[in-house]
Amino acid sequence: MVESRPLLTLFSHGVLILGAAILFLPLWVAFVASTLSAPDFNQIPMPLLPGGHFWENYTTVLTQGVKSSGGLPVGPMMLNSLIMALTIAIGKIAISLLSAYAIVYFRFPMRKLIFWIIFATLMLPVEVRILPTYKVAADLGLLNSYTGLTLPLIASATATFLFRQYFLTVPEELLEAARLDGAGPWRFFRDILLPLSRTNIAALFVILFIYGWNQYLWPLLVTTDPAYSTIVIGIQRMVTVADATPQWHLVMATAVLALLPPVVVVVLMQRLFVKGLVETEK
Amino acid sequence: MAELVLSRVQKTYPNGFTALRGIDLRIEDGEFVVVVGPSGCGKSTLLRLIAGLETASAGEIRIGPREVTRLEPAERDIAMVFQNYALYPHMSVYDNMAYGLRNRRVARQEIDRRVRQAARILELEALLERKPRQLSGGQRQRVAMGRAIVREPAAFLFDEPLSNLDAKLRVQMRGEIKRLQRRLGTTSVYVTHDQAEAMTMGDRLVVLRDGRAEQIGTPLDVYRRPQTLFVAGFIGSPAMNFLPGTVEGGGRRVRVGESVVLPLPGAGLPGEDGRRLVVGIRPEHLAIDGTSPLVELSVELVEHLGSETLVQAWLEETLVTVSVDGAVEVAAGDILPLALDPERLHLFDPERESRLEPAS
Repeated sequence: MVESRPLLTLFSHGVLILGAAILFLPLWVAFVASTLSAPDFNQIPMPLLPGGHFWENYTTVLTQGVKSSGGLPVGPMMLNSLIMALTIAIGKIAISLLSAYAIVYFRFPMRKLIFWIIFATLMLPVEVRILPTYKVAADLGLLNSYTGLTLPLIASATATFLFRQYFLTVPEELLEAARLDGAGPWRFFRDILLPLSRTNIAALFVILFIYGWNQYLWPLLVTTDPAYSTIVIGIQRMVTVADATPQWHLVMATAVLALLPPVVVVVLMQRLFVKGLVETEK
Repeated sequence: MAELVLSRVQKTYPNGFTALRGIDLRIEDGEFVVVVGPSGCGKSTLLRLIAGLETASAGEIRIGPREVTRLEPAERDIAMVFQNYALYPHMSVYDNMAYGLRNRRVARQEIDRRVRQAARILELEALLERKPRQLSGGQRQRVAMGRAIVREPAAFLFDEPLSNLDAKLRVQMRGEIKRLQRRLGTTSVYVTHDQAEAMTMGDRLVVLRDGRAEQIGTPLDVYRRPQTLFVAGFIGSPAMNFLPGTVEGGGRRVRVGESVVLPLPGAGLPGEDGRRLVVGIRPEHLAIDGTSPLVELSVELVEHLGSETLVQAWLEETLVTVSVDGAVEVAAGDILPLALDPERLHLFDPERESRLEPAS
């Protein structure tokens, strides 16, 4: 803003701090809860300052898990989530890059039609087509497997569309120069198009990793074996226990742990991510 | 190093648009040929056909002893400089030049030798590690040239390579490209719409219009003896004046107005009295002559360019451009007495638009 009035600056900072505080409060409560013992947690009102059971709670969830929900440690569940999120993010990017490349740079029969069919699937999110997808996955014997967890979520119209739009902005002369330089379709893709799409890929990776990490409905359906349980499902199991009160302090410790990998991804990729959203390097 | 031969080359696009209607052209080994014409005349298409970026609908293209009409661009042994340079934005200057050689599996030391040599010729040595976006327009232009040079191809193709540069740099690069081509002796085809580039750079010109070659010849030949009305109007700046007229006086004179009669060059057109003509006069061939003027024009507009002055003046009903020395004082409303050498008149047939040669 060009305005330079101190009161206005003060006011806008006030608004921003208030907004940040409101957004941060649930996180803080979750963190505080994860450091309390069960009786402390059940006090009314719940304390808003961290208690002394940080190590105890986190060691419990990491090594033994929560007894009342099967006693699964958080570690393997985190690993499941990581496998799922990475496979989905990398798979989606790989498939979308290739299909966008085919649609933009190759002339084949019904190219337009195929693009519009892919585009039309944007209107059908997982929740809408979940029953037929489940049926197909079950018939293929994919229940309780990593393939079943990830494969049905890999196809991505959104990412294909984004890459298509980006490829269309790459000047045609680059392709022609590469052809004169003796680069075939694969070389052009690998040497020119991929490096140019670097920032877009990074931005999409962040978004898709979080998308994969946060998947709830699909893993809930296709996995019944606790060995394939993701962290999100793990939290759900801890909360919906039969004949017992949920151990909220342990649930919160798990939730805080579940938050960490997406945060790490965002922090690490932030620079590229912002660049990918803002800048077009040509 | 090779000659480049086009025989009856045609291009019709799938949408029915015909860009080239049969081009015959033989470019000698080491020759610099400039293809010039207005936008949409098919000159870029011609270059793209030679490059192999598009395929000819009919006809044959040979580079050296090989017929390349159906070959992929990479197999044709040519290098091209694009209008917007088309440098790979994520690669350094060095990699931009080396990329084509790496794809051809040239040995690493050989690549290094050629890239450094090209960099030395083009004065790019200090910039080899830079990315294209850190370079100025002229430097990018040179990298694009370097990318062509390192390939040591049979022919260079230039697609309006100077049109993105500012006027001063354009004149400088014009000379550099020409000198470089002389030094390397590589057969070159250069496409432009700028007739200053065409006149100064080409060993020969091809003037293209609507997919046909209107005239092929040396720049001075094209300037002195344009074969069609179109070429006469296109080559030369400011453009040639055209006056409709009728032959009279036993074929020795042409009447271009109520009271204006011009002598015809040579022995004129004997026995052609009454024939209608178009007379072409270049602005620079009309000279001020106060003693025995041939025509008198009333000045409408004066444009001072410094070294010369362009005068728009009325010759009866027709507005004519005259180029006079910049030192001459002229103002709107003046009467300008002019003389001209009849040998410098150009005569054209108004129906066929082709040049008429006077009897000698």
